[in-house]
Amino acid sequence: MTPTRKRRLIVISLVLAAVAVAAGLTVLALQQNMTYLFSPSEVEIGRAPASARFRLGGIVLEKSVKRSNDSLRIDFIVTDRFKDMPVEYTGILPDLFREGQSIVATGAMHDGRFVATEVLAKHDETYMPKEVADAIAKAKAKARKGAEARD
Amino acid sequence: MAEFLAMGGYGGYVWPSYAVFFIVLAIDAFAPRVQRKRVLAELRGRLKRRQPRNEAAS
Amino acid sequence: MNSLTLWFHKIGSPRTFYRIAGAVAPWCYGAALALGAVGLYGGLVLAPTDYQQGDAYRIIFIHVPCAWMGLFAYIFMAANAFIALVWRIKLSEILSMASAPVGAAFTFITLVTGSLWGKPMWGTWWTWDARLTSELVLLFLYLGVIGLYHAIEDRRQAARAAGFLALIGIVNLPIVHFSVNWWNTLHQGSTVRLLGPSKIDAAMLWPLLTMALATHLYFFGSLLLRTRIGLLELDGGKDWARSIALGESHERAGARTHG
Repeated sequence: MTPTRKRRLIVISLVLAAVAVAAGLTVLALQQNMTYLFSPSEVEIGRAPASARFRLGGIVLEKSVKRSNDSLRIDFIVTDRFKDMPVEYTGILPDLFREGQSIVATGAMHDGRFVATEVLAKHDETYMPKEVADAIAKAKAKARKGAEARD
Repeated sequence: MAEFLAMGGYGGYVWPSYAVFFIVLAIDAFAPRVQRKRVLAELRGRLKRRQPRNEAAS
Repeated sequence: MNSLTLWFHKIGSPRTFYRIAGAVAPWCYGAALALGAVGLYGGLVLAPTDYQQGDAYRIIFIHVPCAWMGLFAYIFMAANAFIALVWRIKLSEILSMASAPVGAAFTFITLVTGSLWGKPMWGTWWTWDARLTSELVLLFLYLGVIGLYHAIEDRRQAARAAGFLALIGIVNLPIVHFSVNWWNTLHQGSTVRLLGPSKIDAAMLWPLLTMALATHLYFFGSLLLRTRIGLLELDGGKDWARSIALGESHERAGARTHG
């Protein structure tokens, strides 16, 4: 390699390294402010803003959804399997909203309850036909029953 | 067929997605062909302007 | 000079590359079309409905391959920009700049189809989570590179300046890819994994991979056509480029007299 090329190679590599370090530090520094959502446990220990709006993320607790008869009002509990948070919301829900589904709700705390203005559903990265999903659920139920019988 | 187009009720989202895919890629495939014509025409124009001067010199 | 570098120099000479690219590009387009047809038939007709998302998930067959291509084209662009900056190889400058519009097109498709997928499933067209935001930054980086390249008069200086921006922007790539692991996002994690089992049924995976192959081939077809134009522009004063320009004009003149 000629000296000029070597010099260019070194200069460009150094610039790239500097940019990478700067970007890495920025990402680290932003980590605190980059919180897209808070879990019920984080809300419990006061990480989330007390009066401002924030996003609450978690799973809709099974058998906790209560729909109103005369309005779009819906009450449910969001859990991260450690702590629970009661949520109320009035409006249209995404198709994927159901018990056991991950959701992200935007809103604010109001007397110990989370009053949401928007509820988004989060889905996982698994894709399979319904028959396969049913078979897996059946196998899991069977395994659980087997484990209970052994206990 | 109607069932296929309905996409289980999500046809309004699935088909526009595929339309965007095809339209954007069609534009992307077409653009270099137009650009090529422009570049070649420009090149010819440059050559034509230069030719009389060369003939005068020879 | 050993035979490998000699071969490389020969391939890298604008005239030879122009000829080879012209011969290879139609095959890339043809294969992309054929594979795309197979992949789309597999994805839209043969693949079963998803247990959770119904038929809305079928957007995956274009969304994910285009997202991969957005990243792949950027790596290709930045690698060529690096070679161009250090060794000043003309062909690398042109390859780097030719991949920018194709990458931008794929990134644009990714954002739009993602939005069309997000509305029915998540309940929103857009949210400022780390994955979506970094993907938008990727599009802006492409547009910045294209804009800078066209803003500077001298083609070689323009390629060097734009290539430098492309190189700096490469820090965004790991952010796009790992955003779903590093932060809490609305966007889900990666479905198809190189290490470990993919989280998608085999009947859905093969159309997805077929589409990915088709978009790769499309990328190279489009890249080669654009590179040919770049070479013509750069070598406009050379004999080979002149004869191509004049050859086409003869053809057209002939067609006019015969027609």
